[in-house]
Formats: sequence, structure tokens, C-alpha cells
Amino acid sequence: MTVWLITRREIVTRLRSKVLRIATVVSVLILVGIAVTAKLTAGGPSAQDVGLTPAAEALAVQLAALQPGVRVHSVDESAGRAEVLDGSLDALVTAAGTRVDVVVKTDLPDDLRSSLRLLAQRATLDQQVRALGGDPATVDGAIAGSSVSVTALAPRRQTDPQQLALGILTSVLVYMALLLTGQAVAQGVVEEKSSRVVELLLATVRPRQLMIGKVLGLGTVGLAQVAVIAAAGLAAGLATGSLTLPAHAALGSVLWLVAWFLLGYAAYSFVFAGAASLVSRQEDVAAVITPVLMLLVIGYVVGVSVLPSHPDSALVAVMSMIPLFSPTLMPIRLALGVAPAWQVGVALAGIIAAIPLLVWVSSRVYRNAIVRGGARIRLAEAWRR
Amino acid sequence: MTRELRLDRLAKRYGDTVALDDLTLSVRAGEIFGLVGSNGAGKTTAMRIVLGVLAADTGTVTWDGRPVDLDTRRRIGYMPEERGLYPRMRVAEQLTYLARLHGMGVAQARTAVDTWTAKLGVAARRDDDVITLSLGNQQRVQLAAALVHDPEILVLDEPFSGLDPVAVEVMSGVLREKAAAGVPVIFSSHQLDLVERLCNRVGIVRRGRTVAAGTVDELRAGGTEELVVRGAAPPGWAAGLPGVTVLGHEHDLTRLALAPGADDQAVLAAALAAGPVREFARRRPSLTDLFRHIVSIQETESPQIKSRQEEAA
Repeated sequence: MTVWLITRREIVTRLRSKVLRIATVVSVLILVGIAVTAKLTAGGPSAQDVGLTPAAEALAVQLAALQPGVRVHSVDESAGRAEVLDGSLDALVTAAGTRVDVVVKTDLPDDLRSSLRLLAQRATLDQQVRALGGDPATVDGAIAGSSVSVTALAPRRQTDPQQLALGILTSVLVYMALLLTGQAVAQGVVEEKSSRVVELLLATVRPRQLMIGKVLGLGTVGLAQVAVIAAAGLAAGLATGSLTLPAHAALGSVLWLVAWFLLGYAAYSFVFAGAASLVSRQEDVAAVITPVLMLLVIGYVVGVSVLPSHPDSALVAVMSMIPLFSPTLMPIRLALGVAPAWQVGVALAGIIAAIPLLVWVSSRVYRNAIVRGGARIRLAEAWRR
Repeated sequence: MTRELRLDRLAKRYGDTVALDDLTLSVRAGEIFGLVGSNGAGKTTAMRIVLGVLAADTGTVTWDGRPVDLDTRRRIGYMPEERGLYPRMRVAEQLTYLARLHGMGVAQARTAVDTWTAKLGVAARRDDDVITLSLGNQQRVQLAAALVHDPEILVLDEPFSGLDPVAVEVMSGVLREKAAAGVPVIFSSHQLDLVERLCNRVGIVRRGRTVAAGTVDELRAGGTEELVVRGAAPPGWAAGLPGVTVLGHEHDLTRLALAPGADDQAVLAAALAAGPVREFARRRPSLTDLFRHIVSIQETESPQIKSRQEEAA
């Protein structure tokens, strides 16, 4: 009952926080922005419009087969030239055969040039085969049957750019939520010390109740924040069509995101509270929580800087199984699909085992330090009594 | 038998500093007990131990014969020396929260908040953040925080410091009212005239010990009565009178100490013989005099004044 009263106060107070609202709105806007940008850039360069005059119309089928991104249009030459000039056509083919004539505005895109050259060479080849008395169709069939077979000894893993983006976003979100909520816990603890209301509270509640109530309250709001941002991002991705992953894969990422936030929060929040209880002034908070923040930052920075180029990095694989790094590293590896089940298991077991230990140590420090105002208390001192 | 809040042989050290050294005192239900002592004497430490904010090294705190536990503490109204409220929380919201932490139901808490904010003159500020209130009004809210859960015991550390005279009257009235309702009230203060006026009993604390405790009258019995003579008599008029010691002479006022059995009428006659007398009175020592006396005796490490604690208890 007491813990619930404290939790509820924390939730109500936190929901009034401007920082929280701004961070949430900005995050949602960024995700929507990413989704929209991804959509816009994805549609752009791959589609090419090629006009074919009646003289070149024979190329339509071959060209479309050779280059799937090409859309062919039948036009007469003068209209086609006008469309090339105004940009609605990328190229206009006016003659086909052993020589292909192309009209462009400035220059011919490389891929289109090689496709057209190939078609000209094939026409020449057919002509030569026929001149030698052969059957071009037989030759084409033989050519089509030739192939190159590649055996890769250490194949590069196929990384879906969408999975990568999802992984990075997940990692950023876990990191940001842990950072914001953890700092809120630290500031809340110090607010109670600096305003000295803690003296009044501890006359009627136990230190443990006060600590747990605060962590639960702020954690609830943090979880809601993560859920809102993730849902908004997912909705934006699906609505704009920029997210084409199967629904279960996207949902899986979100569920892992929530799970790792909760585990990370359980591990970090008590440590933040314990560290903050050592000081009595808001301006001293940064100094005591920086070491804790560094753990969070290291995991995150390693994750987003190494994993995109080296998804199989052994260093990151090892780090992602270490309790205080796993919450920021494992989600991105999971999204990339590079984390074997046993590594996920080790990471989960590790953090679940570490949480009670961290809570115990932090509670002891908190209990001893919370009633002592004034100067910063040394950790060893708070530990002893 | 009246219930009493008893602090029994409390001791507390911080490293080499002795904050409390065998402090004992008791406050009966319905009585106002004033705790006085120099800064650092241990008043605040004693109160924090009663509230469980600090743990005593040795000694016990009992209420009605039973050790004070968290359940009992929830029924104590406490005003810490260092005032503390959430600065960015509304007055009514905050008081309701505190009342509920002390075990009150929602409706009960709201009613109590309305009652106390009205009584203490901060009703108009119920929906304002505490930080926007003047210091005096914050102090009133602080008192409301101590009273809002209808406490069974009141422990107030310097409740009068920083209050204007009107607020002092309001506060005094509240303390009397609570005491009349059977609540033991203990408060510390440096305003000794106020303590003298308000308290049924007073305890003087020095270096972590209760060096004297009892009613103001009982404490006075330990000090000497003065005879004050105001008149035009020249200095030295009282010298040589049998059983009379001159304590001081300033302008037209002479302060005398009379040995037991000395004749005050002979002193009056001598004064009249020396010149006109405008005032002739026996003056009982004030609490301030007693305090100064006791503390100065202790300061010179003279034999301790026998604690009246035991006989009072």
C-alpha cells in the first residue's frame, strides 16, 4: 500500500515533466521522419523510363527482361525528344539492331548503356551466326546454359538493410529510455535529499519502500514511453510502406525491445538510485552517476559503430553477453539475426542473475546514505554503515 | 497511569563525536515538554532517533511501555529541524500524500487537509506549488504536514523558528489544543520565554545528556531568588547588610541575593535610609537565567546538577 502510494506519486509527477513529453514527441517525429525519408529515397533511382520509337519497338521485350527497373513507352521521335528534354523520359531509343541510337538529355546512365550495348552485340552475333548458316536460337540457348558456379569459403552474411535499421533504432531506443529514466531516478532521489523531504518520509516509510516506489513509478512511465515510441515507429513504417519486413519479425523486434528495456532498467535503476543517494545537491548528481552512465554509453556506442559493418564481430558478441552491456547490444544483434540462441540465453541468464546482486548492493548504499545530508559520502563509507 | 513517551539512556556517536551520551527523558500524554540546550547539545539527534530516521547506538524509545516501531511512528507528527517538502508539488496534493503515507484513507485525508490548511491560514494556497509560497507560509504547511494525520504524539524540532508573532500565537494555540486532547508534545526551542510560557515541563540538554528536567518552578528551586531595588540610593548602600550579597548595580537598580533567613525588611529600611525607593521586589529567576546558570556551571566542569529527571518521572 505504501509502495503503491509512492509509485503513484512518481507516475503523476513524472507525467507532468516537460523533458519527458518533449523527448517522447521528438523521438516519435524522428522515427516518422526516418520512415518517410526511407520511402522517398527507396522509390527514386531504380525506375527508368525509356521511350522507343516505332523503329526500335522490337527491343521492348528484351530490354525489359534484361533490366527489370526499366519501363518502356512507345512514342514517336519528336514527342520522345520533347519528353527527354523535360525529364519525363530518361532515354529515347530511335534505332535498334547492330547499332542502337539513343537520345538523352545529358548522358546515358551506365546500367542502361551496358544493357543497350549487350542488345546491340546480341543483334550482331545473331547476324553473324545467320551469315555462317547457323541458327541464332540454338546459339542463344547454348549461351543461356553457360554459367559461373561460385563456392565461397567464408561467405558474407546477407544483411538486410531494414533489419539493420530496425536493430539500430531498437538499440537507440533502449539506450535513450534507460538514460532518461535512469537520470530521472537519480534526480528524484537527490530532489528528496536536497529538499530534505526525505526526513519526513523516512519517519513513516522504510528506505526500501521509498526506493522501490520511485523505481517502479518512473519505470512504469519509462516503459509507457518506450511502448508509445516503438508503436508510433512501427505504425509509421507500415503506413508509409518503408517497412516491408514480415510482421512477425517487426513485432519480434518490438517485444525484444520491451524485454531488454525492462531488464536493463531493473539492472540500472537501482544502481542510479544508490549512486545518487551519495550526494545532496542536484549539481553533484552528474559526478556520481557518470560511471554508471559510461557503462550504458559504452555498450551503445560499440553497438551502433561496430555492428553495421561487422555484424559478426567477436568482441561485440562477447560484450553482448555481459550483464550491463547486454541491454544495449543484444537487441541490435537480435534484430540483425546474428545472435545464436545460446548467446541470447547466456545474456539473459547473466542479467537476470546480476539484477538481485545490483539491487542488494544499491539498496544497502541507499539505506545508509539517504539520511545523511551535507557533503558527498564516499561509497566505501556508505557501504560500511 | 498516564501513557508516556520515554527516551531511555540514548547514546549515539559519530566517529569520535559524541552526539548523545546517556540521554533520558519522558513526556506524558497531555503535556507540553520543552527541550532546550545549546546548539549541538543533541536535541535534534534525540528527535531523529525517536522518529527512526537515525538508529541509536544504545538505549530505547518507548511509547506506553512498548518500543516505538514503524506502526507507532506513523502516528507521530514530526517537524524536522531542516524543513522539507517537495518544492514542486501542490500544497493540498502534498499534504494528502503525506496523510495517506501515515495510513489515512482518501476521504479522511482530504478532510484533514482542508481543516488544517484553513486553521493554519494557508487555505488560499492549496493549489500552489510549495516553492511559490513565502518562507512563513512554507513553515505553516510544514506544521500542517506534522498535524494532518491526526497524530497521537507530536515531535517538533524548533517549530517556532522563522515564524512571525501571529504565527507563533497560532502555533502555540495548536500545541495547547493537541496537549489538551491528550497528545504528548515535545518541542525544542531557543526562545526560552516561549518555552517558559508554554511548557508544563522543561528539559535542559547539554552534551548529549539531560542535565535538568522538571516544571519551570521545580527548576527554579535550584536557582536563587533575587531582590531588586530601584531607587536613588548611591552605590554601596547595601554593602555590609547581614546575609546580603550585591549581585550588581546599574544606574538606579541594585540586584541582591539574600542568604536563607536574611531579613528583607531590613534591606528595605536600609534602602529607604539611603534615598527614595521606587521599586522593591523579589524576582524569581527566568528560564533564561536558569539555563545560563546551568550551562555555565557545566561549562566549568563543576559537579553536575542533580538531574530532576527521576523524581519527575
